[in-house]
Amino acid sequence: MWLEDIESNMNNTKIVQASLKKRYAKERRFKAYGIFSISLSLLFLSFLLFDITHKAMPAFTQTYLKLDIDFSYKNLKLKEGSRYSEKELFSASYRQLTSKSLYEIFPEVTNRKDKKVLRNFVSSGAQYNLRDLVIENPSLIGTKKSIWVLADDDIDSFAKGLIDRNLPESERRIKDNQLVWIDTLEADNRIEKRLNIGFLTQGDSREPEQAGIWGAIKGSFFTMLITLILSFPIGVAAAVYLEEFAPKNNWFVDLIEVNINNLAAVPSVVFGILGLAVYINLFGLPRSAPLVGGLVLFLMTLPTIIIATRAAIKSVPPSIREAALGVGASKMQMISHHVLPLAMPGILTGSIIGMAQALGESAPLLMIGMVAFVADIPQGFMDPSTVLPVQIFIWSDSPERAFIALTSAAIVVLLIFLFLMNLLAIILRKKFETRW
Amino acid sequence: MRKGTDVELLQNLGDTVGKPLIDGDSRMSCSKVDVFYNNNNQAIFDISVDLGKNEILAMIGPSGCGKSTLLRCLNRMNDTIEGCKVEGEITLDGIDVYSKNIDPVLLRSNVGMVFQKPNPFPKSIYDNVAYGPRLHGLARNGAELDDLVEESLIKSGLWKETKDRLNKPGTGLSGGQQQRLCIARTIAVKPEVILMDEPTSALDPIATATIEELMYELKSSYTIAVVTHSMQQAARISDRTAYFHLGRLVEVNETNKVFTNPEHELTENYITGRFG
Repeated sequence: MWLEDIESNMNNTKIVQASLKKRYAKERRFKAYGIFSISLSLLFLSFLLFDITHKAMPAFTQTYLKLDIDFSYKNLKLKEGSRYSEKELFSASYRQLTSKSLYEIFPEVTNRKDKKVLRNFVSSGAQYNLRDLVIENPSLIGTKKSIWVLADDDIDSFAKGLIDRNLPESERRIKDNQLVWIDTLEADNRIEKRLNIGFLTQGDSREPEQAGIWGAIKGSFFTMLITLILSFPIGVAAAVYLEEFAPKNNWFVDLIEVNINNLAAVPSVVFGILGLAVYINLFGLPRSAPLVGGLVLFLMTLPTIIIATRAAIKSVPPSIREAALGVGASKMQMISHHVLPLAMPGILTGSIIGMAQALGESAPLLMIGMVAFVADIPQGFMDPSTVLPVQIFIWSDSPERAFIALTSAAIVVLLIFLFLMNLLAIILRKKFETRW
Repeated sequence: MRKGTDVELLQNLGDTVGKPLIDGDSRMSCSKVDVFYNNNNQAIFDISVDLGKNEILAMIGPSGCGKSTLLRCLNRMNDTIEGCKVEGEITLDGIDVYSKNIDPVLLRSNVGMVFQKPNPFPKSIYDNVAYGPRLHGLARNGAELDDLVEESLIKSGLWKETKDRLNKPGTGLSGGQQQRLCIARTIAVKPEVILMDEPTSALDPIATATIEELMYELKSSYTIAVVTHSMQQAARISDRTAYFHLGRLVEVNETNKVFTNPEHELTENYITGRFG
């Protein structure tokens, strides 16, 4: 008897051993798949980041030309006198200052067509910078001074090496005569690349060298503020009610729950059409306003926050609720003293992820007119404005070559904001996390 | 003694034997209590039992016998469970606790509860004990609150160990200390009755002994109902013992009588370890 037992035991061992090999092989294969997919996604991610930052680099510098500007009364078309009101200075003529300076450097250019090409070396925005200079310092009037002025985007692209001078002339945006002038200017040390501060301080422009992202950042800020103010309290309150107070096993509550989950999966553009129909057409709110954008994104973010908050509330251990009720806390006290503080890390993480989603959203905002070209920097919730992702969309659609770099730079800025928001989520979670 | 096979006995679970009601004044009293979960799922059948003043009533019985359910009815913790319906009458000092004008929050400040798993709030030791008094406004100022916290911690035997670390989190204490902290938190509200739902089942034998001693001391000021799975514990600490089976109260008697000379055969089978 006992011999047979041992024999059958031995057999079992053999069977198990045979299968062991197979099981371990399976495990190893699975691990290999995992490592492969992670490396693949890391590869794509780093390629993406590298490509975008590489393309964005040119946008962070800006080409300037040194010109000897003659602030004579004649050029400014001002009557000779000692004092001018700001209005007089504002309406003085600055258009020809840069052109005249360029004609002085290149006296050989006489033909009308060439002169036009030459004067377009300077950005059309340069005259406004000169105006601001004069208003700030009226003693400049009547003097001659070397001033660095913004170059046109084609000159800028060439200086950054984005235009190949070895191409045949017909395929090149910078023609042969322009090349000669640029070389002359360069030889005179009249061309310099500087940090592009305007990119972060100016609004949008049709001229890439004057286009900045500050208007879009402010528009995004106002929009996000509206979204946060509305969706966080309403979302958390809705989740608390559904989780703690709403009757269970009630068909109406179930219906609401199912619909909230469905809303989270609705394409965002649908919310844009809803916003157009309700906020703009029905309530008569202005188009392109951060207020309307915020209201639309609020609808989109609400389900995300409700779902995240409910999950966070659910994960609070029932023992803590019992403990609070057991010493005589009312339900509301139990929720506000214990459940919400313990659920806070989850609620904040969910809300910030929802907000980050809203920050990167463009489709619904196109529907409510936030895609309009807005050069002014918005000052409030009712001013026409655009937001970061829509700004990226607008620039990516613009024909000028320099907008490629601006598009990438705007993407970098958007990514930085998203990164900061996620960092904030991590910090808040760590801060509010209670150790058990 | 009622005799018969287990099956027969289970089928004929009739009236409670022994002495469920006490002579004289009782602190709490249940009469003909039925509890239903989710409509018609009856968990407790027609239970009547008294809780005397300054006594410990041990509630024993196999899992699912309804002892915890009854305990949770005593301070209306079952109100928080959806679809739970209580019929019959439960009184505290002669007042029906389920009557409409009794607020469960007020009731729970009079009938405190200690749970199976130590569940201190993730706050400091001081805040844990001070939570109840703060809720109900029992202390007029900080000094009074300090005194109340100290008194409660002394009564729960935790003062010596924690007086230098009152600001440390309560969750950093050992399991037994945490349970005593929960008891301190309960008695800080100055209840009349303390309900304990298997208070030592998550603790080691040494911590258990400390809690048992504590219960014995607390008896002089409070009425205690304790659900326990340990028959030794019931025998050691309680004055009266109630044996539950399948939602019915089978037998209630003086503890030493239940353990030495049970009247019902089911009780005997359970305490001798023949089933359960």
